[in-house]
Amino acid sequence: MSTVQTSDLGVIPATLVESQRRRSAAPTGDETVATGPPPVEIRDLTVAYHERPVLWDVDLTVRPGKLTAIVGPNGAGKSTLIKAALGLVPVAAGWVKIFGEPFAEQRRLVAYIPQRGSVDWDFPTDALDVVTMGRYGTLGWFRRPGKRERQIAMDKLRQVGMADFARRQISELSGGQQQRVFLARALAQEADLYFMDEPFAGVDATTERAIVELLQELRSQGKTVVAVHHDLNTVDDYFDDVALLNVRLVAYGPVDDVFTHANLHATYGGRIGFLSGGPAETSAAVAD
Amino acid sequence: MMMVELGVSSPLAAVVAVLGLEWSYTLRNVVAGAAVLGVVGGVLGSFATLRRQSLLGDTLAHAALPGVCIAYIITGSRESLPLMIGAGLSGLVGTLFYLLITRTTRIKDDAGLGIVLSTGFGLGLLLLTYVQNTGGSGQSGLDRFLFGQAASLVRNDVITMSILGAIALATVVLLFKEFKLLSFDPDFAASIGYPTTMLTILITALLIVAVVIGLQAVGVILVVAILIAPASAARQWTDQLSTMLVLSGLFGAVSGAIGAILSSQITDLPTGPAVVLIATTLTAISLLAAPRRGLLWAAISRRRHRQRVQLASILHDLADAAAGEAGAVIPLTDLQAKRGVPGRLMTRQLAMLASRGLVARSINGREGWSLTAAGAEATAEASRRERVWKQYMARQMDLPVDAIHYDATEIERVLPPEALAMIEAELRAEDAAAIGRASDVVAGPPRRPSRPTARPGQAP
Ligand SMILES: Nc1ncnc2c1ncn2[C@@H]1O[C@H](COP(=O)(O)OP(=O)(O)O)[C@@H](O)[C@H]1O
Ligand SMILES: [Mg+2]
Repeated sequence: MSTVQTSDLGVIPATLVESQRRRSAAPTGDETVATGPPPVEIRDLTVAYHERPVLWDVDLTVRPGKLTAIVGPNGAGKSTLIKAALGLVPVAAGWVKIFGEPFAEQRRLVAYIPQRGSVDWDFPTDALDVVTMGRYGTLGWFRRPGKRERQIAMDKLRQVGMADFARRQISELSGGQQQRVFLARALAQEADLYFMDEPFAGVDATTERAIVELLQELRSQGKTVVAVHHDLNTVDDYFDDVALLNVRLVAYGPVDDVFTHANLHATYGGRIGFLSGGPAETSAAVAD
Repeated sequence: MMMVELGVSSPLAAVVAVLGLEWSYTLRNVVAGAAVLGVVGGVLGSFATLRRQSLLGDTLAHAALPGVCIAYIITGSRESLPLMIGAGLSGLVGTLFYLLITRTTRIKDDAGLGIVLSTGFGLGLLLLTYVQNTGGSGQSGLDRFLFGQAASLVRNDVITMSILGAIALATVVLLFKEFKLLSFDPDFAASIGYPTTMLTILITALLIVAVVIGLQAVGVILVVAILIAPASAARQWTDQLSTMLVLSGLFGAVSGAIGAILSSQITDLPTGPAVVLIATTLTAISLLAAPRRGLLWAAISRRRHRQRVQLASILHDLADAAAGEAGAVIPLTDLQAKRGVPGRLMTRQLAMLASRGLVARSINGREGWSLTAAGAEATAEASRRERVWKQYMARQMDLPVDAIHYDATEIERVLPPEALAMIEAELRAEDAAAIGRASDVVAGPPRRPSRPTARPGQAP
């Protein structure tokens, strides 16, 4: 079905399709976003790899226009939750809706940043080319990216402060720069909902600040961001809502309400002191 | 077909003539066939290596052997087309079997490939023995599929290979963008709606075509080399996928053609090993000599880097010893004592700096050296970069500034622009504070002391 969908786009002007889709998702602009269907609605979701459940009976309704963090220990199923929402892994039970419809019908409203380590950065390509891939979804089969696509990609590179690195081979970029390239690719998708898998992992402090600013800019434009986050110390600084996950969903809601010591303990068990870099920082992060 | 008539004949005919060989019908077929398999293998092998699936190519080849034998048993024909179809189908079955066992059981990728490879090859050898025992030994000529015998190619074989190859290459050209994304970031590809399973099956089918094209000429055991070697060689010379595909196809064609000529001239040298030797030689040269990625390049740039650091150190030593006095002459023996390098090396390095106008030599009783105005400026600039770098590293890694040493000459390349601007502002503030403190006589060192000796660049 996705095949048909993408090949359609080759015939109908991409911009037209896009505006139609946007209208169907949010009929009358920004004010109705809050009352329209939620950006992400997950019901009774269970995912298993080889019969071992990785996600168990997860229910989650993401608030529109908010920055939501998914936190939890390694192997908690954070990446899997995002992949399940994007239809990248088979679902054993339950369902996911994106703006009220199955994801396959809403692809164009969604951008995705996989974990940086999931791709081979020695692949023969440069930064601009990677960002241009963000336009492939609207390009349709066989069509090569042209001037327009490269123009958009260049704008997005500029937006993440990487314009000077457009023609740099991606293996010659630092971790933070690679993450910026991924971010620019997601921006090039010009979506309403952004799934990001550990966008802050292994980046330098400057990049971290730049990414935070971008997230806030997205929020101010009414976009929704769902990001896997590994640093418990910055959750309350960077995010509005948080989902604490460890196979099951331990808690979900506004950071002020659910980011409590009891919930963190339930999520991480005894490992919490180690994970957040020491008891002092933990209590600081959890203090009310 | 076009390959046979146009592409290969004239330039290669010249080479062949020079070698004193006869540009015969057989030789022409052999060279054309080997070149076709080289191009197709090189292009599809590039995708296979980038997707870390070169072992899959090897597995496919071995799994194709039973198909060749079964096709022969059924048709009794030595024509290449039915044998190729048999090979392709059995390679396909092998792939599906591999996908089945790795996706539904806990068997890992490499183990799955190993299982299919050895099972396929074992079965193939069994059938081969059966065929040869029933049909009289060597009658079938199927043993050419083990090590390859390009000399057995006839015109029809080459035409079949060319058509198959053209279809495979056309598909790659048409789906270049899709295959690129599939190879680089399959999850992202799936998220934007690419049917990744179908594309994976398609690209694997094309790999099967490449293998099938190569089987008769290179053999099941070595055909994988024509997938891996040209691709690895090509990757060394370029950072663009499209260029890599073209180069890899070219390397493959050259290896195929030369290998085929060699094996046709040397008695008992099968084509497979000959082609593989040429391809591997190309790869070795590329690994060694390619700019930027090659080993030689790495060694040279390491040397250059070391020299740059040493030259910079001499400039710093001169500046330190001059202690702010412009044009102060420092005795050579002092410099040597400080660096602890052999005298001859230091003289050479000083001469190098002098030729760039950064230092000047003066003999006044004994040999001494001084910084020129340009030299003092360059040293100050280097100090500035080094400070920025150290500050950055200190912040990033929480190391004491003094623990950091790094070549800072390329700092603009490494740091994002806003980081550079921010740190420079901080340093200016630190300098201003230092000037303030200096007036009421510094009580203690700043929080993260930089080098105690003031350099020209830092002087207010
Ligand atoms: N493709 C896969 N096949 C089998 N197990 C997997 C696969 N991907 C992830 N897992 C397992 O599922 C669990 C959750 O993985 P993941 O969602 O990546 O965790 P997180 O992102 O929270 O660290 C882990 O135990 C991991 O080993
Ligand atoms: Mg993960």
